[in-house]
Amino acid sequence: MRKLGALGIAAIFLIAAMLISALVGAADLNPLDTVAALADKIPFVHLPSGLSALDRAVLFQIRLPRVVLGVLVGGLLAVSGAGYQGVFRNPLVDSGLLGASAGAGLGATLAIVYSGGAGPSAVPPAAFLGSLGGVAAAYLTGAAASRRTGFGNGVATLLLAGIAVGFFFTAVQTLVLQRSAEQDVQTVYNWLLGSLSGATWQLVVSILPYAAVSVVIVLLHGRHLDVLAVGDEEARALGMNPAAVRLIVVAACALATASAVAVSGLIGFVGIIVPHVARRLGGPGYRSVLPLSLLIGAGFLVLADTLARTVLSPAELPIGVVTAVVGAPAFVWILRSTQGAPP
Amino acid sequence: MKPLSRYGPAAVALAAAAVALAGCSSSSSSTSAPASAGSATPSASAAAATFPVTVTAANGAVTIKSRPARIVSLDPTSTEDLYAVGAGPQVVAVDNDSDYPAGVPKTSLSGLTPNIEAIAKYNPTLVVASQNSGGLVSGMTKLGIPVLIEPAVSTLDAAYAQIQQVGQATGHAAQAATVVAGMKQQIAAEVAKAGSAHKGATYYWELSASPYYSAASSTFIGQVVGLFGLKNIADAASKPADGGYPELSQEYIVTAKPQIIFLADNQAADGGQSPAVVAKRPGWAGIPAVQDHVIIGLNDDIASRWGPRLPQLVAEIAAGIDQLH
Repeated sequence: MRKLGALGIAAIFLIAAMLISALVGAADLNPLDTVAALADKIPFVHLPSGLSALDRAVLFQIRLPRVVLGVLVGGLLAVSGAGYQGVFRNPLVDSGLLGASAGAGLGATLAIVYSGGAGPSAVPPAAFLGSLGGVAAAYLTGAAASRRTGFGNGVATLLLAGIAVGFFFTAVQTLVLQRSAEQDVQTVYNWLLGSLSGATWQLVVSILPYAAVSVVIVLLHGRHLDVLAVGDEEARALGMNPAAVRLIVVAACALATASAVAVSGLIGFVGIIVPHVARRLGGPGYRSVLPLSLLIGAGFLVLADTLARTVLSPAELPIGVVTAVVGAPAFVWILRSTQGAPP
Repeated sequence: MKPLSRYGPAAVALAAAAVALAGCSSSSSSTSAPASAGSATPSASAAAATFPVTVTAANGAVTIKSRPARIVSLDPTSTEDLYAVGAGPQVVAVDNDSDYPAGVPKTSLSGLTPNIEAIAKYNPTLVVASQNSGGLVSGMTKLGIPVLIEPAVSTLDAAYAQIQQVGQATGHAAQAATVVAGMKQQIAAEVAKAGSAHKGATYYWELSASPYYSAASSTFIGQVVGLFGLKNIADAASKPADGGYPELSQEYIVTAKPQIIFLADNQAADGGQSPAVVAKRPGWAGIPAVQDHVIIGLNDDIASRWGPRLPQLVAEIAAGIDQLH
């Protein structure tokens, strides 16, 4: 019952966040007309709306794709963070782990500095491949190292390999940047801060297949992660192959993270914090933590982006600043005011 | 691209030549500069090179004992200034971002992260840079090599003063005065030619897409466009904390309906935007500038510098205004 209730609360939170986000913005569209224009899109509903053609373009081609992209990115970052926390049995890891962020950063940097005529369109695929490449390099290095030395339980080795790969990629990125023009440095810096300001339906559609596949795979492994939480030995005794589960979930989380960073840059905080809020809300089991993280992460990022584009309206703030500045105190408040399971 | 610091004190010259020059760099505000352009005709004899000379750059008073025979420039604008005033033959090395005029002695030296030893290897007698990063000034001072810091400016007058200062420091004060007078004249001519038919037209100056950084009227570039009496849509969004460079909400750009869009990040080969790309942005079709095809792709090198090619930028802006109906 508690889990269903928690899912209901999270779903309402997400829908409310999307509605608020769709109604406010620098264009100052009339909220009633906006609601009418939105409802008009529902089949069999026909409502007159006072929005001009320009206003409609703002609503349907600029604001809405941004809301939907926020849903996707927030959900993906949070669910992959929860997945990683389950795989590594460590509540302090997040979606940028295992070289995912560093790989994406290097990919985007190389695209910006060396893409030539390809321009900005080269950045998302480069970040996507960089993120997957980073995780693959970390995973292969870690797996090889733990086979050779038999060191630890495999989990610690994998984490260490991820940290090493991350440092290496970041160093290469710094080297490339140090040798590039000032304009490129600025572009890379803006990308690293993260932003949803370039949202288009095209961008949404481009990551939708990867997002769907990765989320479904991660959600289907909630029970496996619960078993894994007890320990590798116990999981084996129950007939599960811990290494195989780990590989599948890591691959799915890597795909989720790569899809998110490809279209939004590096947005911190969501992947590490949202799963803890989910635990407070629905208990420690991954069968509820994963779907709750998906919903809460999506709602949280949409709200954060709404603040990012309205606080200084018509100017904007970098979203990474908002997620941390607003998110950190909110998280502390949640920790203090709930008596749920320990994080 | 985004100027990081404002121009410090204006040039104060001790050389006799400077008296005439100081007059034209401090007499007028940026908006009235073009009007007074015709009067700036200092005589060549008054600007004879005399050393030692002391100039006041952003890093304070700098004394140059004799005519610098080996100059290292660590900034593209400084490089253009040096060549424009005729100090080109004295330049032995320029940084990796300097690319104008053609044939400058480009090296791997970096103005952003300067390496003192690498600069010293060129045995310079004067170093010109736009920012004192990485301990540049203290490092070169230890080696007894004078450094001029000529940072990004915030007014046209400061840009002129910088060119004149580079001229004085290198023994080319007279030619610097001629260059500045020529610039003022060309800019005034463009502004006069544009007339007042399109005064009050709104424009959006795009420094970068994703996110959409713009420049308000208070910035150097905003003042340059302001010469034509255009209205900047970024002004409503600019707060003191952003230094005149607000990150605009895309919704706002569209609903502000700018009549002209200037692209200062317009090198497709360098990952920049182009008028065709901007016209295809979802939701932008209703912007007057897009409907009327008044999207001006600027030479983004010139648009991000504050040197002797400013009249070319002004001409590009004027050509854009000329496309308005």
